Amino acid sequence: MGPISSRLIAMESKRSWAAILTLAVIAIFVVPILNLAVPEGSLFHIPTFWVTTLGKYLAFAILALSLDLIWGYAGILSLGHGAFFGLGGYAMGMYMMRQVGERGVYGNPDLPDFMVFLNWDSVPWYWLGFDQFWFAAVMVLAVPGALGFVFGWLAFRSRITGVYFSIISQAMVYAFMLAFFRNEMGFGGNNGLTDFKDILGFELSRETTKVGLYVATAVSLLIVYFICRAVVSSKLGRLLIAVRDAENRVRFLGYSVTNAKLFVFTLSAMLAGLAGALYVPQVGIINPGEFAPAKSIEMAIWVAVGGRGTLFGAIIGAFAVNGTRTYFTAAAPEVWLFFLGTLFILVTLVMPNGIVGVYKSLRSGELFDAIRRRLRRVDA
Amino acid sequence: MATGHSMGAVRPHRIIAFVGGALLFLALLVAVTLPAAAQSVPTAADPFAAAVQALDARKFSDKATAVDALGALGDERAIAVLQAFADGRLYRHKADKIVIIADRAGDGFKLTSPVTGEPAGTATSREIKKIIANNKLRGQIRGVLGQLALFSPDADERLEAARNVIASPPDDALALLKRARDRETVSKIRETLETGIAVFELASDDRALRLAAVATLADRSDPDIKSALEQRLLEVDGDAVEPDAEVRTALREAVDDIDDRLALFGLAENLIFGLSLGSVLLLAAIGLAITFGVMGVINMAHGEMIMLGAYTTFIVQEIFRSTMPPEIFGMYVLVSIPAAFIVAAAFGVLIERGCIRFLYGRPLETLLATWGVSLILQQLVRTLFGANNREVANPDWISGAVAFGGGVSVTVNRIYIIIFCIMVVAALAAFIRYSRFGLQMRAVTQNRGMASAMGIRTGRVDALTFALGSGIAGVAGVALSQISNVSPNLGQNFIVDSFMVVVFGGVGSIWGTIVGAFSLGIVNKFLEPVSGAILGKVIVLVLIILFIQKRPRGLFALKGRAAES
Repeated sequence: MGPISSRLIAMESKRSWAAILTLAVIAIFVVPILNLAVPEGSLFHIPTFWVTTLGKYLAFAILALSLDLIWGYAGILSLGHGAFFGLGGYAMGMYMMRQVGERGVYGNPDLPDFMVFLNWDSVPWYWLGFDQFWFAAVMVLAVPGALGFVFGWLAFRSRITGVYFSIISQAMVYAFMLAFFRNEMGFGGNNGLTDFKDILGFELSRETTKVGLYVATAVSLLIVYFICRAVVSSKLGRLLIAVRDAENRVRFLGYSVTNAKLFVFTLSAMLAGLAGALYVPQVGIINPGEFAPAKSIEMAIWVAVGGRGTLFGAIIGAFAVNGTRTYFTAAAPEVWLFFLGTLFILVTLVMPNGIVGVYKSLRSGELFDAIRRRLRRVDA
Repeated sequence: MATGHSMGAVRPHRIIAFVGGALLFLALLVAVTLPAAAQSVPTAADPFAAAVQALDARKFSDKATAVDALGALGDERAIAVLQAFADGRLYRHKADKIVIIADRAGDGFKLTSPVTGEPAGTATSREIKKIIANNKLRGQIRGVLGQLALFSPDADERLEAARNVIASPPDDALALLKRARDRETVSKIRETLETGIAVFELASDDRALRLAAVATLADRSDPDIKSALEQRLLEVDGDAVEPDAEVRTALREAVDDIDDRLALFGLAENLIFGLSLGSVLLLAAIGLAITFGVMGVINMAHGEMIMLGAYTTFIVQEIFRSTMPPEIFGMYVLVSIPAAFIVAAAFGVLIERGCIRFLYGRPLETLLATWGVSLILQQLVRTLFGANNREVANPDWISGAVAFGGGVSVTVNRIYIIIFCIMVVAALAAFIRYSRFGLQMRAVTQNRGMASAMGIRTGRVDALTFALGSGIAGVAGVALSQISNVSPNLGQNFIVDSFMVVVFGGVGSIWGTIVGAFSLGIVNKFLEPVSGAILGKVIVLVLIILFIQKRPRGLFALKGRAAES
């Protein structure tokens, strides 16, 4: 075996490899087969609705990974990751909008419906090229990456850290929301981009396309997971952890904290953009609501619930929180915010290392020891 | 009043008076013998009485002339007479041929003299005969009545009428306005009338009159006047509307003058709006600045403290509405202020003791936990009060608007908010500067460890600081309830803005917060007309992000070791 594959194998323990491969096989092969090959009505059939919902969760998991990379490992809590997610989504939305062509309500072959509605003569310059998939695919990564680079450069260079960075990033995403709500921006204003017809020639309404998008998201998540794993287990990853724990000391030791943070922040922004691009075709709409500050804060709680500083935790958290949301919005929508709010408080107060942390301390017996110690202290 | 009738106005009415002369003379002779009608006897010297008598004409066309003549006199007594004519209450006394107002009273009629307005005895239906008006005549009377309001004893009515006449001028508007001006004693109405006269005289044939009109209009500050002046500068078919070069120069200068003043007024208006927006921001942010400064804690639920304050105001209002007499309803706002402070402060203590104190030293976790608190509070209020806006009424003493001239008017509640904000901030600054607790608070802000070593119970200071910050947010909610909707999302709308104020001004500095809030408010309002409200806000956010490049700790950064942590 070559050096690359041996390094790859060394990245994870045997147990982790088993878990990852099992989950990957289930997600990439078993679920689609249960949906497409097993007849409807069978006990094992998974309805397409659930496949798409799972696909949404997978996209959220990519987003959670991107956030965990900077928060869990570099100690940068971004409350503006929705901006990167949204921009990636808009880039993909713009491509699909251009594919609509004459099938829009106004039947204009050159202009998307909302531009016809605004009486525009031609597409603005920043829409050029989005009729090509490769161009849109590049932009999905390049635009969030560029924004992340510029924003990160401005912030890290002047050593904006901690809550300051969080607030500023929140202001950034808020500014995006306000800007994209304007019709003059040329992104469909309030309604955003929707009514997509097909992607790469495949009709979005067909079940096979939906399953295809799901599989693409699952594969992407697997790749993103390994990219993140590669970053955090490299020398850079150790440096990032050092920055998280004692930034000034790392600086005094002669490392460029700014460059390390800037790299990981830009990477994180690109991954978030990818998540957005995978998310939009599955839900069929992108609008400025994705830039709402509340949504960006909620992403942090996915990571916190799963366990920050562990890549697996971010994925678990994204599935756990969003799965609960799907349940509550159907069963008892008014309870959802109570639940989410309580989750925010409990996770930060009681289980700072999330589900993964609880699992670990359960396995090692630390949890019981800790409880026993605390009880003893109360008695004394 | 002192100048009496102007010459130009009187001349045509002499003729009218003369027309009615013969009738009048006869009436006079007979009237002397009747004691009941004695006091209403018109004298030939009174043109008003003559004009009233002229209404009793045979032909409608003569009546119409008489109505116009009566209106042209500009006598306030004419209002009652014409109103009576239009209502069909104007009669001729058969015996003495005199015109009289008669109201049905029992079987007969009660008479009123149109000239003196005093009772003039009674009459049976046989003794009097109605002076008939037709629809055309009634329409004409309505128009004349509108102009006559120029001479009404009520100043507000006069001003209203002056504006009406200028806006839709009748044929003889110029003469009418001049007459009204000559009798006008209130300087404000006089100015309005003179403006109207000058606008008409802009089109006069007399060059001197035109020049005088331009001179009068040059010191008005009204966009309408400006456009009237500009219209004289237009060219129609190659010929200037205004033929004279000198007048044209004067016109141009006048337009420039008005432009300058309008720009100044616009500036003042923006400044006032900016100050009021800044006050709102300041009220919302100052509590945040205190907790952030003292405890290094980002309270994401701060906006919800504002919301709780606004809902407390709503509850107090409802209690007042249902239990108190309506005269003191307006006082509910004053009761709301301490109530909102107490409610929000109580919630603040609850949050601090129940949640935040376990998270000291972990600011990011605190941020997330308080966000959770804010979600719960929002949903709680939504469950209790419903998701819709709740209506909080402005009391009378806070409603209305103040006009500053030049088209600038500011609603009273904005001014009250500026005053209120100054009072709150002054009280807070004094409290922090002079009270024992304020001293302890400042000590903990500067160096927590040292303060603790000196015997300050930092935990207690934290809890009370949080209560203080939350309480002030509640008070801000009272102010906000007066200018915006009270809804569960109220706090959310302010959270990003108030963070920006704190970040811009510098954490933990009251002065920084003040300067930050007012500069953001004013910059926002000045950007709005240029770029639109939303883009203006975006630009401000981008500017702040760039600004903290230069000063990462804000305008008024804390210096010393504490700032480095």
